[in-house]
Amino acid sequence: MKKECKDCGAELTIPQDSMVGEIITCPDCGTDFEIVSKTEDTVEMKEAESVGEDWGQ
Amino acid sequence: MIKVGVVGASGYVGGELLRLLVVHPDVELSVLTSRQNAGEYVHRIHPSLKGFIDLTFSPMEMDKIVNQCDLVFVSVPHGNALNIVKDLYSTGVKIVDLSADFRLKNAEDYVKWYGWEHPFSDLLSKSVYGIPEIHRNEIKEAKLVSCPGCMAVTSILALKPLLENKFIDTSHIIVDSKIGSSGAGANDSTGTHHAMRYGVIRPYKPSKHRHTGEIEQELSVVSGEKIKVSMSPHAVNLVRGILTTNHVFLNSPRSEIELWKAYRNSYKEEPFIRLIRDKKGLYKFPDPKFVVGSNFCDVGFDMDENTNRIVALSASDNLMKGAAGSAIQNMNLMCGFNETSGLRYTPLTPV
Repeated sequence: MKKECKDCGAELTIPQDSMVGEIITCPDCGTDFEIVSKTEDTVEMKEAESVGEDWGQ
Repeated sequence: MIKVGVVGASGYVGGELLRLLVVHPDVELSVLTSRQNAGEYVHRIHPSLKGFIDLTFSPMEMDKIVNQCDLVFVSVPHGNALNIVKDLYSTGVKIVDLSADFRLKNAEDYVKWYGWEHPFSDLLSKSVYGIPEIHRNEIKEAKLVSCPGCMAVTSILALKPLLENKFIDTSHIIVDSKIGSSGAGANDSTGTHHAMRYGVIRPYKPSKHRHTGEIEQELSVVSGEKIKVSMSPHAVNLVRGILTTNHVFLNSPRSEIELWKAYRNSYKEEPFIRLIRDKKGLYKFPDPKFVVGSNFCDVGFDMDENTNRIVALSASDNLMKGAAGSAIQNMNLMCGFNETSGLRYTPLTPV
């Protein structure tokens, strides 16, 4: 199944055997998406929380 | 298979050309000239080529070059290529010039940026500026291609998608470049000694750097309007590598996804441009650390909604995409070879 990355527009490939709760990573921009629901034909995802890097303190 | 010559083969760019040419599948090296090292084996000047080449440097003899070469790379300092290119051009041999002597189209720009009158201004219109990502079709037909300045090509490629899509205010384009020591060439000066060069972040030409003229020329081609840029280069503690940080301002609000699309549309078919803007992993934005030894120019961006600013970033190896790599890419196009022939090197990491 294919979805579009909401951040950069890249094509995301959702594996057939993926499950709710699984994290899908955008190959281009690195945004993580969590699968929140999935049926045979549809998948819903939300952006997953992540901890960023910060230097210079 | 063609026979090629390199005029000025003993400098850093000459050495990089030879590194690529000794393993290029479509090329046979014929004549390599060096005024200072005539008669000497190439590996004595370029030690890493030992075992790859058993030629010696020749003095500059135009007849010999013309008779033995189908294409000649001219890799001599700015100002010294003028007569060599003019003489070669009249013989019909193909030329890839790595100096600045035929980069600018407007003869008056040589007075402005280099401080001298161009003696062969009629040849300027015959020369094609050697960025395939802008002039690919003209390069295929060209007899004379002038390779871009290393910092110029790197910043031009970062800014091109933004100007093509008319996303930015063209009156404020600020180019900040950082470059390693090999960009200064093989001839020494007091500023290039290790004691004076190591550890520097030297703003060696905060304004009016000569690459500004080429950047303005080519961004004007891309945008269709007269562009001016403000450029400040710095010498930093690298041997190879350029990072350009280009500050521009949006002319109306844009989303991140619109910028992604603009960059993808500009470069999706380009073999030597990689888009780098990753939230994860070691490589989040362009960094010269990850292009060393390759012909890639890595390009990316970030957005500052607070000031409407786009930071367009690009990284290259100054001896590769910034010089010899571009030269080989141009030769491939001029000669009908695969554009990536002899150039598909993965970057050397870690280094």
